[in-house]
This record gives sequence, C-alpha cells and structure tokens, in this order.
Amino acid sequence: MHTVIIIGGGPAGCEAAYQLASDGIQVHLIEKNNETGGNLNNWYQLFPDRKNAQDLNKRLQEQLNHPGITLHLGMEPSRVEKDGQGRFSVSLSDGSLLEGDALLVATGFKTFDAKRKEEYGYGIYENVVTSVDLENMFRNHAIRTSKGDVPRRIGIIHCVGSRDEKVCNFHCSKLCCITGVKQAIELREMLPESEIFCFYMDMRMFGPGYEEMYREAQEKYNIKFIRGRLSEAAENREHQVQVKVEDTLLGRPLRVTLDLMVLLVGMEASNETQGMARELGVKLAPSGFILPLDPHYGNNLTGEKGVFITGCCSAPMNLTDTLNDARSAAVCITRYLNMK
Amino acid sequence: MNLEGKQQVWKDYQKEIADDRYYYARSCIRQTFFPGSEWAYLDILKNKLGKDVLDDPRHTTCTGIGYHSDVVPVQTIMTVVARHFALMTEAGYENITPSCITSFGIYTEILETWAHHPEIEEQIREYLWKATGREFKKPKNLAHTSDIIYKFREDIAAQARYKLVDVHTGRQLRGVDHIGCHYAKMFPSKGIGGAEFPAVLSGMISSWGGDVVDYPERRHCCGFGFRQYLVMANRGYSVANSKKKFESMRPYEPDFIVANCPGCAMFLDKWQYTISEMEGTTYGQDGYGIPVLTYEELAGLVLGYDPWELGLQMHQVAVEPLLDKMGIAYDPEMKYRTKEGKDIGRPKCPTYLKV
Repeated sequence: MHTVIIIGGGPAGCEAAYQLASDGIQVHLIEKNNETGGNLNNWYQLFPDRKNAQDLNKRLQEQLNHPGITLHLGMEPSRVEKDGQGRFSVSLSDGSLLEGDALLVATGFKTFDAKRKEEYGYGIYENVVTSVDLENMFRNHAIRTSKGDVPRRIGIIHCVGSRDEKVCNFHCSKLCCITGVKQAIELREMLPESEIFCFYMDMRMFGPGYEEMYREAQEKYNIKFIRGRLSEAAENREHQVQVKVEDTLLGRPLRVTLDLMVLLVGMEASNETQGMARELGVKLAPSGFILPLDPHYGNNLTGEKGVFITGCCSAPMNLTDTLNDARSAAVCITRYLNMK
Repeated sequence: MNLEGKQQVWKDYQKEIADDRYYYARSCIRQTFFPGSEWAYLDILKNKLGKDVLDDPRHTTCTGIGYHSDVVPVQTIMTVVARHFALMTEAGYENITPSCITSFGIYTEILETWAHHPEIEEQIREYLWKATGREFKKPKNLAHTSDIIYKFREDIAAQARYKLVDVHTGRQLRGVDHIGCHYAKMFPSKGIGGAEFPAVLSGMISSWGGDVVDYPERRHCCGFGFRQYLVMANRGYSVANSKKKFESMRPYEPDFIVANCPGCAMFLDKWQYTISEMEGTTYGQDGYGIPVLTYEELAGLVLGYDPWELGLQMHQVAVEPLLDKMGIAYDPEMKYRTKEGKDIGRPKCPTYLKV
C-alpha cells in the first residue's frame, strides 16, 4: 500500500487526505496546531451562501475519521529527506519519523500583518480592526467600539496589503472584495441603523453568485461603495477614526469620521509555505507563493518529482477552489503512485 | 490610542546618528526668521554638550526652494550640494547636519539617487571639478539637526532649568509636534520614528516633561509647499492648510507647537496673525495665539536661555503665556531692545490677535 504525507491540516490538506484515503492510500496528515481547519477556524460565515464556516470545518474534520488517515496534531516537520527510490522521510518535532511515497504541501497562507500599513494605525488606534478580528466579533455577536458603544458609522477598507507596491505585494488576494461585501451585509444585519461604507480600488467579483451579492449589498442592504483608496487615518479625541480618501469617480477628496474601521487584510504565503519551498527546493513565484509547474496542466505539480502542492500555498483561492484543488491534487498523486 | 503600538513603530525606525564632529549646514529660512535658533543650537552643542561643530561661512543655500519650484535644474542643485560635501571634506569632517528640513530632504534624495545611479554621481563630480576644481567624499553620516537634539535630549534634560510643566498647577504642558514633510515622508527610514508616527520632536517633549498632543491633522502639511506660497495667487491654499491644522488641534488646548522645519515654524506662527485678521479667529487662550517654537528655541528655554536672546520677540505669536506657565523669568522691557538697551522698534498691534 502506498503512503502519502500531507503537510498542513487546513481545508486543502483535510480534503486531499480524505480523497486519497478513499482511494485506498495510507495518509499521514501533519498539522502544527492542536486542531485542523487552519484559517477556516477564524471564520464566521462563508460566501456566497452564508453557510456557517464551522459547519464546513466540522464536515472536513469528520472525514478525517477515515481509517486510512493518521493525524499528527501539534506537530511540525523538522526535516524532510528524499532517498534515491523517490521515498520521503519526514522527521517530526517530537522526534518521530514518517515515511511516504509522495509529499503533498498544503501549508496555506497567512493574512497580511496590517501593522505594516502604518498609516492605517492598526495596533495604535483603538477602533481599527482587521477583517479577521471582525469575523471573531461576528462569532461573539458583539460589534462594539473600544468604549463598548454600537458603531454608528463603519468603514471597510479593501486591498490592505494587496496590489500595493509600498508593501511589496503586487498580487491580488482575490477574496477580499467578496469578503468585504459579505462582512458589510453581516454588519447591516446586526446593526440596521449604522452607516456602512466600503472603500475599494476595483470590485473583483470572480465567483458564481458574487456579483449578485455585490448588487444586493447596494440595493437591498444600502451599503455605500466608494471607489477610492484610503490615504491616511487618524484618531480624534473620541477615539473615532478620521480617514482621508479620494473619491476617484467624483475626483474629490473626502474626509470621513468612522466609529469603526475594518481593514480587509490580504493573503501572503505562510511562513511554513516559504519554509517548505526552501527545504524541498521548489520555486517561489514573485508573489512569494509556490510556483506550480504549469498554470494549466500542472497546477498541483512542482519541479520536484513526488512533491505536490494544493490550496493557498500556491495562490490565494476561495474555499470552493481550494477543495477542488485538493481533489485535483489527490487525482495527480494517485496517478503518480500507480505509475511508480 | 495605544502607546505600545507607537513605541513598536519607533523601535522599527531608529537611525544612526553620529556622536560628534558635525559639519553644520545653515538654513536660509531659519537664519532669516529665527536667527536666535541657529545661534542657540551651536551654543548648546558646543558649550552645553561639548561637541565639535563647524559653522562654515563658505556654505551656501542648497537651492532647494528653487529646485522644488522648478527654477533650478536637478544637475545644478546636485552640483551645489556636491560643493557642500567638498567643503565638509576639505574641513576634515564626515558628518553633515543640515538645519533645514528641505535641505535634509535634498541631501537624502541626492545621496539615494547617487546610490542607485553611480553614473549620475560621476557626472556631478565632473561638473563640480570643472566649475570649482573641488573634489569630495560623501558624508558618512547625514542627520538633521533635530536628530542631534533628539539624540542628546536626555543630556539636555539633565541640565534643564525649566520643565515643560505649568509651575502654577503642576500640569504637564501640552505640546503639538509638527514634522516637516521632507523630514521622513519621502524616505521614512531616514526619520526617527518613521513618517507616520515620528518621534523626533515628541521624544523631546516627553523627555523635557511635557505631554504630546496627537490630533487628527497631525501629519498634515503646514501649507508652505513652495508653489503655494511663492505664487501669490496660491497663498490662500497655504493659509487654508494651516487653518485646517489649527482647527484640528484647538480642542486639545495645546500650550505650544514645536516644529523641526524652519518653513513650518514660520507659517504656523505668521498665519495665526493672518487668520486672525481675515476671520477674527485666534487659537490660544484669552485671545492669544498658540506659541510656535523651533526645537532649538524649546531646548534653549528648557536650558534657561534668556527668551529675548533666543530671538523669541521675532515671533508673530506672543510667547509670554508659555513663559509664564513654565515660570521663566524675563524682562518685558527688554523684549524690543538690544542687549545694550537700544530700541529695535516693535510690530504694529494686530486687530484681534493679542500680543
């Protein structure tokens, strides 16, 4: 029986593990945290159907009960080696050793550290939060300012750490636009009296149902979308956030005072993704994510034989694409093992 | 506001500042409008801190105002700056310390340009040689003079005769720090604390006992902006920018403003008079304005220099309310007299602004 070692227990790693195990392959799934789910653990609802994120998470976790899957929680690979016969051995942080016939990297992404956009004041101004912080607020059903008040005016800032030469990120994180729309609707549902603004560069509604959701946000939920990039934020005496934006459709500067400012943080390759790329000698794209062998025919392949990739370690992708990518990786690996 | 967050930013933006032996580059504006400032700076460094500073009479304008107004071409300003470096080299110094923020920005920009384009540096070396027969070494260390005072702020605090505290109430005096745009907005890594939360002046205020006011328009330009001011038709724009800042800082009731750019200090001081004449609005207490100081003047006051020797009578906004709060003794009769007692004349009394 063939064995595959998967590094990373986020949605991609979990789904790939299940698909491979269902094909009769023995799987070792390594996850650094004490639970699987990765970034999904931080999310409240999913777009476009507003599914509870933890329902999906739970389903993915239940799949891991498959007898072909051995889960290694709270473990990190300390060393990865490949022998002359194409077999991999992975040393874990507890000193144990795993062996496999193929390696699947599913180490995912990290969210952009909003403190790097100093002018937005995250970590300094009391009422500046990230989209991840907001998801946590949603989960606790507590959307409040630092003083405990209901925010009357909320601004959502798109493209924080994405498409931004100043922070050396030229890539689009792809999901922030629809996340902003989803979060604006969720805010409206929880705070029907509040004014909600989205400040965007472009609205990139790439997935099925996204454009409709964007339209609904404007027509049904009265979210105000303003095309213009935030130039500066400052805190006033009431701890509100005073922002300066150029409305690039009207060609006018705007100054708006917000009770709560949400930064839609972009996606970057996780430290583990970059570390595995170095360890395995696979190439990185200029964005910092792992470069697939071919964008059309080899999106789960790397230049290293037996090393496969899946999910957001190669590019930002939504959960639909992530799960599809995991299934695609499982097909690639099964075919590779059958030809061995 | 989370001070720890700010402190982390300050840690991220520390720069190397030479410890001694400075070649001083005077400022066109500062030595014209605040002549006591440059004298005080040199006196503090030489006689209070025991540093070696060369005040070179051969040094000229950097032509920055002309450059930013599109009057002086970039090759010309680079050659003028190259001559400054040559004067520094000939005098045996390696650390250059401009008094002007525009000059500091110009020097930084030119050194960065040369670092990325060595062929331009070679061309400028050739121009300088042909024009003057001079050669130069690039400075080992470039720091603005406010960086130097920041570096030695605790030494100054140790010698302080007065603190930034209201002696009548014990309240910390509230200081607004205004950083010149060309200090760090172009090259954040060259400024202490970076461009967004600079610490160069706020660090002085804190070390000398004051409380720093962080208000929404803190980062906003004073409105000088060369073309705004030099083109008379644009001056309304310049005043409007200063007004925006005053309106934003007024609710915090600041006791003083300190600036590290000579142009900013001038406009924040003079425009208070202009706005009062235009609108009858004043921003200080009881009809006074908010006193505007250069950091050298602030250091001088803390160290116990005579306010009139520092040249504070040259300010448009009266500084007496601040002197009274700090408990600084001064002779009102000597405000408009030379040391020898000769009358130097006095400005006309504004319509609204109390002086």
